[in-house]
Amino acid sequence: MDAVAVNDTLQVTPVIALEDVMQTVAEHKGCGTSGGSGKASCGSAAGQGDLPTEIWEKVKNHPCYSEEAHHHYARMHVAVAPACNIQCNYCNRKYDCANESRPGVVSEKLTPEQAAKKVLAVASTIPQMTVLGVAGPGDPLANPEKTFKTFELISKTAPDIKLCLSTNGLALPDHVDTIARYNVDHVTITINMVDPEIGAKIYPWVFWRHKRYTGVEAAKLLTDRQLLGLEMLTERGILCKVNSVMIPGVNDKHLVEVNRAVKSRGAFLHNIMPLISAPEHGTVFGLTGQRGPSAQELKALQDSCEGEMNMMRHCRQCRADAVGLLGEDRSAEFTTDKIMAMEVNYDLDSRKAYQAKVEDERVAKVAAKQEELSTLAGEQSDIKLLIAVATKGSGLINEHFGHAKEFQVYELSTAGAKFVGHRRVDLYCQGGYGEDEGLDSIIRAINDCHAVFVAKIGGCPKDDLTKAGIEPVDQFAHEFIEKSAIAWFKSYLDKVNQGEIEHIERGDAEIRQGALIAAA
Amino acid sequence: MSYKIIASQCTSCSACEPECPNVAIREKGGTFIIDPKKCTECIGYFDVPQCVAVCPVENTCVVDASVPRYQPSA
Repeated sequence: MDAVAVNDTLQVTPVIALEDVMQTVAEHKGCGTSGGSGKASCGSAAGQGDLPTEIWEKVKNHPCYSEEAHHHYARMHVAVAPACNIQCNYCNRKYDCANESRPGVVSEKLTPEQAAKKVLAVASTIPQMTVLGVAGPGDPLANPEKTFKTFELISKTAPDIKLCLSTNGLALPDHVDTIARYNVDHVTITINMVDPEIGAKIYPWVFWRHKRYTGVEAAKLLTDRQLLGLEMLTERGILCKVNSVMIPGVNDKHLVEVNRAVKSRGAFLHNIMPLISAPEHGTVFGLTGQRGPSAQELKALQDSCEGEMNMMRHCRQCRADAVGLLGEDRSAEFTTDKIMAMEVNYDLDSRKAYQAKVEDERVAKVAAKQEELSTLAGEQSDIKLLIAVATKGSGLINEHFGHAKEFQVYELSTAGAKFVGHRRVDLYCQGGYGEDEGLDSIIRAINDCHAVFVAKIGGCPKDDLTKAGIEPVDQFAHEFIEKSAIAWFKSYLDKVNQGEIEHIERGDAEIRQGALIAAA
Repeated sequence: MSYKIIASQCTSCSACEPECPNVAIREKGGTFIIDPKKCTECIGYFDVPQCVAVCPVENTCVVDASVPRYQPSA
């Protein structure tokens, strides 16, 4: 990252004070553009770090823009936008399974009025719900009336809720001014390529201005519109995240180039996600046997882009009607029938009070981590390893091994504990007894980890995990994740130094595909 | 002729509805239908029928041969 790259895109037109501030936001391009504090402390990671205050205020309680916030704050998507204007080979909208978490899937679509009611109902029930997104199941900007009507209704009744939308970008340049007018301050664009030849392998067609385009022509049109839309948004100080689907053999190597292209246009955060392509989803990639990346392949690509800009690693590729913390889905509690019958009392003050409490928790968590980190000072070691954590949120090790539907993965080194991803698993424990097959799939999902941190674990899985070379750690039950991880790592290093144990590299792990077999 | 939507394949995504220049498409019973009296096959508006071009499921918006061919007025 160099100062020249930043200055290249500076506007020379004189601007008024407010725009000046927004321009700084737009120019910021994630973190590390100034100062030397590095990535670990900023943007998508822990605290404010070297982020300008205006940006920090925008991301600090947005679970999709801040890794740290996603432990504490919840989001919801309302499915008001069913139509789409492009076709992607990784998408098939025909099937809906309640247990499936992937973009484009919803159980019911809503009118803007129903959506507004749902938002109030959810926000009254879940005070940490801070963000409302329109993410489909089609493309929000292919349904502009419905999307903006929804924003209009919500901004009137629940003005404290942040609005965001996620788009493929084709129609984006036409709607940038409207997006700015509705104070939508977070926009996610899915950009899988900047090379139309590669794009032709991902998008069979796009529909634009009354015409269907195919092949390279379609992909050229799409990439031009995406990048133009991104530039127009960042010029207006609207925070942009770029999502990319990693498709091995198609765009995996190319995504480094995409990363450079979006960074230079002011994107704040880059989220590289693994392709989901189970044959039963009926997508083109699913049917042609196109595989998704392994955990190691995904992490290697994310790591290689991280020097360039902030990488998001906590994306759960959620449904277009998801509700709750990332990684949990409470949408079944808020079906249209249920919300229409609910008495909603939207109490802004109690929401504020609750969120103030959450902020205190966060401060305590960061302080605990800093304190523990100081004990690592002076440690010299090249050892880097991964651990898996069972958590229900709040940054605590507070989930039973058998109840975990996912594990969060942290990378430990003498630099501290860094969140690097998560692994979805099928429930091990059903009705009180464990199942061996379930355990095997969990071990495959966290096979690259040296240890798994849990609030509690039964004797059987404990033995099997140990046999597989993954240490079950339950002595930090209900304590802070990072603080505990650092303490454990320090004792691990001590044991290695004293020759008590030998440090062995772990193998690769599997990224889980398909619907949840065991519903919660 | 007019176009029709094969209900069993319709995902009810609504993409076709606003594209129809004749406002011939509406939702009915969970999927979308085309009013054959209003459909002009997009003749006079576009080179290709818009419902066909925007529909995400191939061969779902198809010619309805049971209806006489649309005759543009001279």
